[in-house]
Amino acid sequence: MGEFFHVPSDLQHSYLGLVGWHLEEALIPVLAGLLLALPLAQLCVRLRWLYPPVLWVTTVLYAIPSLAFFVVLINWTGQSEITVMIPLTLYSLVVLVPAIVDGVRSVPEETHAAATAMGFGPVRRYLQVELPIAVPAIFAGLRVATVSSISLVSVGALIGNQGALGNLLADSMFYHRPILAVSSVVTTAVLAMAVDALLVLCRRLLTPWTPPARERGRGAPVSVPAVAEEAR
Amino acid sequence: MSIFHFISDFFSQSAHWHGYDGIPQRLWEHIQYSMLAMAVATGVALPVGLVTGHTGRGGNALALLATAGRALPSFGLLVLLFVIIGLGLLPVMIPLVVLAIPPILVTTNEAVRSVDPAPVDAARGMGMRPLRILAQVELPVALPLILSGLRSAAIQIVSTATIAAYVSFGGLGRYIVDGLYQRDYEQVVGGATLVAGLALATLGAFWLAGRLAVSPGVRHR
Amino acid sequence: MIRFESVTKRYPDGTVAVDGLSLEIPDRSITVLVGPSGCGKTTSLRMVNRMIEPSGGRILLDGEDVQQQPVHTLRRSMGYVIQHAGLFPHRTVADNIATVPRLLGWDRRRARSRALELMERVGLDTALARRYPYQLSGGQQQRVGVARALAADPPVLLMDEPFSAVDPIVRKGLQEELLRIQQELGKTIVFVTHDIDEAIRLGDMIAVLRTGGRLAQYAPPDRLLSAPADAFVEDFLGADRGIRRLSFFTSGGLELSSAPVVGEDDAPPDLPTAPYLLVVDGDRRPLGWADPKRRAAGDRTLIPYGRSFPAERGSLREALDSAVLSPTGWAVAVDGDGRAVGVVSQEAVAAAIRAAHAGQGGAPEDAEPAGVR
Repeated sequence: MGEFFHVPSDLQHSYLGLVGWHLEEALIPVLAGLLLALPLAQLCVRLRWLYPPVLWVTTVLYAIPSLAFFVVLINWTGQSEITVMIPLTLYSLVVLVPAIVDGVRSVPEETHAAATAMGFGPVRRYLQVELPIAVPAIFAGLRVATVSSISLVSVGALIGNQGALGNLLADSMFYHRPILAVSSVVTTAVLAMAVDALLVLCRRLLTPWTPPARERGRGAPVSVPAVAEEAR
Repeated sequence: MSIFHFISDFFSQSAHWHGYDGIPQRLWEHIQYSMLAMAVATGVALPVGLVTGHTGRGGNALALLATAGRALPSFGLLVLLFVIIGLGLLPVMIPLVVLAIPPILVTTNEAVRSVDPAPVDAARGMGMRPLRILAQVELPVALPLILSGLRSAAIQIVSTATIAAYVSFGGLGRYIVDGLYQRDYEQVVGGATLVAGLALATLGAFWLAGRLAVSPGVRHR
Repeated sequence: MIRFESVTKRYPDGTVAVDGLSLEIPDRSITVLVGPSGCGKTTSLRMVNRMIEPSGGRILLDGEDVQQQPVHTLRRSMGYVIQHAGLFPHRTVADNIATVPRLLGWDRRRARSRALELMERVGLDTALARRYPYQLSGGQQQRVGVARALAADPPVLLMDEPFSAVDPIVRKGLQEELLRIQQELGKTIVFVTHDIDEAIRLGDMIAVLRTGGRLAQYAPPDRLLSAPADAFVEDFLGADRGIRRLSFFTSGGLELSSAPVVGEDDAPPDLPTAPYLLVVDGDRRPLGWADPKRRAAGDRTLIPYGRSFPAERGSLREALDSAVLSPTGWAVAVDGDGRAVGVVSQEAVAAAIRAAHAGQGGAPEDAEPAGVR
């Protein structure tokens, strides 16, 4: 079992060091993506004509393989963390914009009208009514973006060992030690699931009004929303 | 030099169009891997999604499975399987299939589950058997959403199949990986362009499939 | 005939939806199950075609237990209409209607011509045959729903709140259409609604169910109105049941007087009994009331007559309504073409109502016990 946590010295990191680095490389882009996606999504909600072209651009962006993205970026940003994080930010953006737009659009017409009738201004209505109601959809998008971001960081190993836990994979091939690959895959998967579970918990705390997901019955609340899935 | 110079240089070299390393050959390999992975993933996930959506049971187990599937890193899985099994189709196929199953499974389940219950009730009341209801009522109505799940799975497969080159496999990823090691950016950009083009073609194919297979009565929404 | 024999539906969690329901549904008539929500009316209906299986008792269709029959064959032999029509969104109107015939193995052409025939029968333009459900209004969708249920010409039609999702005007049209179709086809119709007015308008027999799934009263509408079995039924029927009951007495027996009906240019006759004259045009269509003395003095102003009622096929309720609405207190009776036949006073209508009640022997005291015809 000691093998599992032992990191070859050429990686210049401890096991926990790799984990921290991995999270940093994966989560900063998601956060950046969210910050960019919120205003962009709001713009798409306000200007309906803007949404279809934005959707097309994001779909095309998502179609570019991460490896190609990294490699092309080396020309400008070198073999650095930034090179890994820029594409991941874009991928997050791609997942989050449709999730937020659909979430805000799912606010019932009556709720919207009631808020306006009670004298909410546009900003206040957005922050206090639309955004909270859109929270489940936004979190669904966040979950997909985060998990895929954590998974994709590993590919950074190909551009000068910028893949954090992914760097173990390169070493595994180089030294032909399967345990390193096992360590990388298992750790990454556990990290992804843990962060995912944390997000689910956050959503529950943020939206105490949503009924817990039911196991049976049609039209039950969506546990893993298709909306976010569709956007990928 | 701009990216567009790289792209035009890459495609104008006649050497890139011939032989085992030529664009047609690499493109064909890429399409083959993608189609095979797509077929396997669809064969597994589509029926499961349809049945669980129809019965409305197993939603939680499904969500857990999908989360686990998404959490497995494709690149890591590829290297791990390559180190264990060695060069072969299997180490490439497994990560791609694992990647494609969650979106197909989840959207199919959700699509069937969210079909308006009234037509299904009417179909039952008219004496349709469960399998016929699934095939003739639920499936056609759920088809747009199901296709969108298949589409995102296909796009992810096409895009991710590039990493097969890392474990000495063919496909369009060869240009990217080889270009990386040879510091030949022209090749890298050319390969990336090809993959993106193939992904766009996939989008187009799904759009066309939607036009042909989805009833106008459902499509209007 | 459909016969419920102490049918009970109890769910595993202990809720009782239907409790010992016994009912005989006569052939070729409309039987309405009505009651507040949670009274088990829909559950009762859905047990007939085994969408829900009873947990006790049995339902006989022409003497045979429905539980003994193959479920899909049973369902195909009964038309089924539900609240939001439940049309297949991916199929055209014609294909929707042809569903059961196709299930029964009819060839495409026969099923299609049958669909077109049924569209005409339910009052739909056959030009709509190639449309999809989303292109139809709610009322049109419901008509397609009825046509689809009738497609294979089943002897039994089960209708579960079919008209509750459309607006009142469209609903009235659909109800009239259903009565017309029923007159032509003579199906055995079981109809579920929560709207007592709809029940009274459509039902030959009405079963009032109370919360908890027990039968409160089973009677023809007229009897229901005249003799509600208990306070629950009386309350459910609402306030003006006495007036509503008048719908079931024909206006044919009213003594109409045609003497006060005069043409526009006729000289006013001298009639001490009629304080007003009804002035009609050349086609004898009513124009309005006139005061005989003023008219004799050359004043040609007319008082609006309110609303007329059909002399032969109308009800005492319509006659009374017409008399009450008329500023003169006299009701105007017209024939099928809208020509004035005669006039009748409020007092004469009231006398006819008393006579009708007496002739029926329908005083509330001798009401029969609930559940017995």
